[in-house]
Amino acid sequence: MNDFLNQIQLVGDWLTSSSQWHGDEGIPRRLLEHLTYSGLSLLFAALIGLTFGLLVGHTGRGAFAVASVANLARAIPTFGLVVLVVTLAGLSSTPVLIALVALAVPPILINTFEGVRGVDPATRDAARGVGMTGWEVLTRVEVPMALPLILLGLRVAAIQVVATATVAAYPGLGGLGRFIVDGLSRNDYELVIGGSTVVVVLALVVQAVFTALRRVVVSPGLRAAATKS
Amino acid sequence: MNDDEPLVRWQWIADHAAELADYTAVHLRLGLLPVLFGLIISVPLGILCHRLRRLYPPVLTVANILYSIPSLALFMIFVRYTGLTEQTVMIPLTLYTLSVLVPNVVDGLASVPEPVRLAATAMGFGTVRRVVQVELPIAVPVVIAGVRVAAVSSISLVAVGQLIGQGGLGYYITRGLQLDFPTPIVTAMVLIMLLALTTDALLVLAQRLLTPWSRSKVTAA
Amino acid sequence: MIRFDAVSKNYPNGTTAVDDLSLELAEGGITVLVGPSGCGKTTTLRMINRMVEPTTGTVSLRGRDIREVNAPELRRGIGYVIQHAGLFPHRTVLDNIATVPLLLGWSRKKARARAAELLELVGLPAEMAKRYPNQLSGGQQQRVGVARALGADPPVLLMDEPFSAVDPIVRAELQAEFIRLQKELHKTIVFVTHDIDEAIKLGNNIAVFRTGGRLAQFDTPERLLTSPADEFVADFVGHDRGIRRLSFVKAAEVPLREGPVLSATSPVAEARAVKEPWVLVVDDARRPLGWAPVAELPDSGTLVDVQLAPLGHTFSLVGDSARAALDSALLSPARLAVGVDADGAVVGAADVHEITGSPGGGDR
Repeated sequence: MNDFLNQIQLVGDWLTSSSQWHGDEGIPRRLLEHLTYSGLSLLFAALIGLTFGLLVGHTGRGAFAVASVANLARAIPTFGLVVLVVTLAGLSSTPVLIALVALAVPPILINTFEGVRGVDPATRDAARGVGMTGWEVLTRVEVPMALPLILLGLRVAAIQVVATATVAAYPGLGGLGRFIVDGLSRNDYELVIGGSTVVVVLALVVQAVFTALRRVVVSPGLRAAATKS
Repeated sequence: MNDDEPLVRWQWIADHAAELADYTAVHLRLGLLPVLFGLIISVPLGILCHRLRRLYPPVLTVANILYSIPSLALFMIFVRYTGLTEQTVMIPLTLYTLSVLVPNVVDGLASVPEPVRLAATAMGFGTVRRVVQVELPIAVPVVIAGVRVAAVSSISLVAVGQLIGQGGLGYYITRGLQLDFPTPIVTAMVLIMLLALTTDALLVLAQRLLTPWSRSKVTAA
Repeated sequence: MIRFDAVSKNYPNGTTAVDDLSLELAEGGITVLVGPSGCGKTTTLRMINRMVEPTTGTVSLRGRDIREVNAPELRRGIGYVIQHAGLFPHRTVLDNIATVPLLLGWSRKKARARAAELLELVGLPAEMAKRYPNQLSGGQQQRVGVARALGADPPVLLMDEPFSAVDPIVRAELQAEFIRLQKELHKTIVFVTHDIDEAIKLGNNIAVFRTGGRLAQFDTPERLLTSPADEFVADFVGHDRGIRRLSFVKAAEVPLREGPVLSATSPVAEARAVKEPWVLVVDDARRPLGWAPVAELPDSGTLVDVQLAPLGHTFSLVGDSARAALDSALLSPARLAVGVDADGAVVGAADVHEITGSPGGGDR
């Protein structure tokens, strides 16, 4: 317990020392880098994953391919992929971004697909029966009903991307992982644990954002049926 | 990297076969023990959450928050207490499995049809016997679905542990970067994926053997 | 109004859902499609709003081949109600009902006002408007389903087993409500059910389908009961069809005789003189009081002092059917049905043979 308090003290000291908040090596700069990698890759992954997930879910064609891709993708060691990309393409952010996108697409794709597929056939039948066009069925019924799962997919992808962007510091990229990796190589535990704390805070913020988003965009009518997460 | 360096040098793999096998065994241990520990925690916790519904949302929230913390950061937090050991890798991996396993145990128990539950009670099963002999077996398919997800992601996450010197096959990933030599990286990745997919296939098989009654349903779906 | 011309629906796997159907459904009535499962009744219904396209033949609505109309546009003009209501769980009750008006481009305000009207029409309180479907009972959801189908006031309503997912008491309630609604709205309704009782209760015309998608008989409920086209229809209609067809005979058509009727003030001796085992005792206004057992009458006094056996029930010549008369005969200790007029005064009596031998009752 005492040790735990020491650790908090350590983090407190590190976070409050003014050098952490200025310059190229400071928290704001690293945080911005981290958010840029994560945000950009999540954006592209969402564009790809949502488009194909909605398409396959709505038409029902290509379901097997989507399931296989998602299954295979989960098995890819993210750390290995980032290191491989840097080894092959050198230390620049574009290849790493592509790797991050590749990692973030599958959870968005499979959850969007399953969300749309999971819409009760009777509801879909009713939607067509009252005279909705295919597009209207998709946008007015399938997407709103799939939102809990779509958000879940986006959240898992965001967590994945934030975590992998941290690891990307190891082969030499920026971002919050730098504190940890540099701390490890310099045997500076204060730096390691301080950096870890900032990463944890970022992860909690991501989690909180998605919880809030869910409250705002998911219809209360679906809440009871949507406790699964 | 040298431009004419091939992605894979087969000779390197042949030369390191024995060493690769050793690291593979370590990797499996680091990846799968956390799933086992996760199950040992999740089954009683899930049963508890199933019986005390109010407990479930806070437990799930905590599990989700733990899951959202990047592995590298979580490893570092435990280094202070458990040093650069295998435990430091396995404890966070165990915590990660909870966000999949606990909800699947709860959903699995919820999937037990009410008439079955009532019939078991009417026949004189006590609560504990009913849960162990009737409800848990029926929950097995859903629980195993969770174990599959947990096992696959756990096996692929082990590699990050290499940053504290305990990454199983992750060793070859850092080695490859240091030597600017892709063969070990590619080899390690392929082996890790093979481990994950084989484990997944074995779990599917295990489920079929454990729940012969659900087989016809599985093929029908 | 709705016309099927040599319509068939075959699936690639070789099954025939509907086989060479020709049928014309009249405007403004309820046509019930009934039959065992797999007889093609739902497929037939779904061909009317192009949810299913026929393999051969044409379906026309008001003389126009429905293939000429764009499917979503066609459907917006036809109400559609399905078994579990199929409400949109993410929309409030009010927004569910406003669906079609909104699809038709009405303003949100106008669509919601219309939806509120419909909510009232189907007998739901206004405070339900803000609820979500999963907060309603099965019967309430089904009412919302009907309200949604009426959204744009379509002349045609298709209903696919709308009441079969609710319990019998709620079903009877919904059926009664449905009959009331139809009296008000005069829609052309096509109604699918597997329940022959529901068909007879609701239908102006009934189409009985047999397995394999063939039409077995298309007739009024009465004709279906009195003259089933073949063994299959007779069997499907049920063994008690003889009794049920009496529902279509007016009680006024039952031949009545005067019967052993005496005033309560009559002396006992008068009752004995009738030479019947039971005598019906009435008050001053000829309203029935009960049956007096002649064999157990005291030696003297008037019928007022006699312990009367209960009446069972009487049947009214103004509202009831011959089926009520038959029931009344079976329940009376004298095995005689007592017919009363609008004031409840005894008009006459009839026994079982006389009731079943009445114009609509006998075999024709």
